[in-house]
Amino acid sequence: MTVAEPARRPITGSLLQADGVRFAYGRSPVLEDVSLDVAPGEFVALVGPNGSGKSTLLKVLLGSLIPDRGIVRLFSEDPVAFRDRGRLGYVPQRPSLASEVPATVAEIVAAGRLSRRGWWRPLSGSDRTAVSHALESVGLADLADRPINQLSGGQQQRAFIARAFASEPSLLVLDEPIAGVDAESQRRFRDAIVHLIAEHGSGVLLVSHELSAVAADLDRVVVLKRRILFDGPPSQLTAEGVSLGVHREDLPLWLEGLT
Amino acid sequence: MIALTLPYPFDLHFMQRALIAGVAVGVFAPMIGTFLVQKRMSLIGDGIGHIAFAGVGAGFLAQSGVIAGVALGLGPVWMALVFAVAGSLGIEWLRSRRRASGDLALALFFYSGIALGVVLMSLGGGLNASVLTYLFGQPLTVSAQEVVLIVSLGAAIVVAMLVLRRVLFAVVTDEDWSNVAGLPVGLVNNVLAVITAVAVVAAMQIVGILLIAAMMVLPVASGQLLARSFAGTMRWAVAIGVASVVAGLAASRIWDLAPGGTIVLLAAGVFMVVALVTRRVGGRVPMIEPYAPDEPGAPSHEGAHAG
Repeated sequence: MTVAEPARRPITGSLLQADGVRFAYGRSPVLEDVSLDVAPGEFVALVGPNGSGKSTLLKVLLGSLIPDRGIVRLFSEDPVAFRDRGRLGYVPQRPSLASEVPATVAEIVAAGRLSRRGWWRPLSGSDRTAVSHALESVGLADLADRPINQLSGGQQQRAFIARAFASEPSLLVLDEPIAGVDAESQRRFRDAIVHLIAEHGSGVLLVSHELSAVAADLDRVVVLKRRILFDGPPSQLTAEGVSLGVHREDLPLWLEGLT
Repeated sequence: MIALTLPYPFDLHFMQRALIAGVAVGVFAPMIGTFLVQKRMSLIGDGIGHIAFAGVGAGFLAQSGVIAGVALGLGPVWMALVFAVAGSLGIEWLRSRRRASGDLALALFFYSGIALGVVLMSLGGGLNASVLTYLFGQPLTVSAQEVVLIVSLGAAIVVAMLVLRRVLFAVVTDEDWSNVAGLPVGLVNNVLAVITAVAVVAAMQIVGILLIAAMMVLPVASGQLLARSFAGTMRWAVAIGVASVVAGLAASRIWDLAPGGTIVLLAAGVFMVVALVTRRVGGRVPMIEPYAPDEPGAPSHEGAHAG
């Protein structure tokens, strides 16, 4: 982290907060004056055209990259120093799953418990309950003992979502989790997220172009293209003529046309 | 040391010592190997073996007094351990910093290691038949002390693997996620590298670089075809590893074959049979078709999710 306190806004209450973040690879800035926050119980979508800095922003928010300027807080802590990682659930964009050796869905999902209870401890009864709960919430309970490389793309992606759910996260961050996923998996995905928010009061930050499945559930949409271009409820975006839910192509087309 | 009464071909003490040492390798090498194969580092055992070979060369030099002061007077095995641990950490460093692909990092160390070993040995005058011992092992001349050493090291490795298996699994299957999840990725990778190096050096003099490296990979290759889970793969790999050792030693006694090579050939033979059989019964379906729709009447057409 760069600058010390104080932030321009109070940081209490936010699960995730960025304030005035600037980041550059070399000389060209990828993020400029980006401010964003996710509160408990909030469902926020982050959208933007390709190359708009979404992936970089996620890395900054999760502590993998250090911003040149500005403040980032994960559970009110510096994300680089943040240790209580079990409170954070993460679904990577394309899980770099090495599938040389078969691994079952249950084995993958059980890995999600490690950061919650300490990676050196054996799994307890409550861990197993959390794992089967996570599997049920994404509709994979029946496929728990199947090798993951025998599942469809959508089912695999749900397994990785279940891995994030297994730690019962207070904050869930998903990077393009439903890109190219079938309608059934999208519906399951939507139900699982809504359930997580309702049951645990978790906050959710979803990076995705395909918001049709969750359009009705979103609290806020944040549009990023190096800067934040829009941050507000989806209805406000719809008022500007952008449809999130009717045609799948509407939002990506509008985003690519942004200047 | 041990007065066992076993039937032919394990009736003689030297065969029993070879059996115990070999079975230990047959257990711990595939356990380590299951993680290495998943990490796409199948050849690291061989790579570390070649670096250890350079250490052996340095050890000979030190013993012959040419560079005694420099090499701290350590014998070949200890020098091999120093080289192997340093080399495996070096390979891991290159891989994790993405300075080189795992494959290229291995090749760099692999070739420099064996070249350095040969040069050092020729300097020290040790380039003779004893070199073959390190490369191919001498299971039939294993001493009681060496059996104790390899069994204790094997036990330590098995315990470490059992304690670390969950976090090792998470890290080798998805390193990026493990980083975000706050798992000690660097530590776990380095521990695996050091364990691999210790295993190679411990087994090298007894069963040879060839056997230890092969036992880390070949039984796992069969296991992953037979099993449907990660834990199952490891169990199959250990079973096949132990069976190859027992059958290989027996065959080498009966037909007077080189024991290390026979064991490896058997493990390779098992893989070929398993590959043919599982292919015929369709045991392993690559990721081409959706496995099954979640609900009857609601087929999921994923389209082209590439395998």
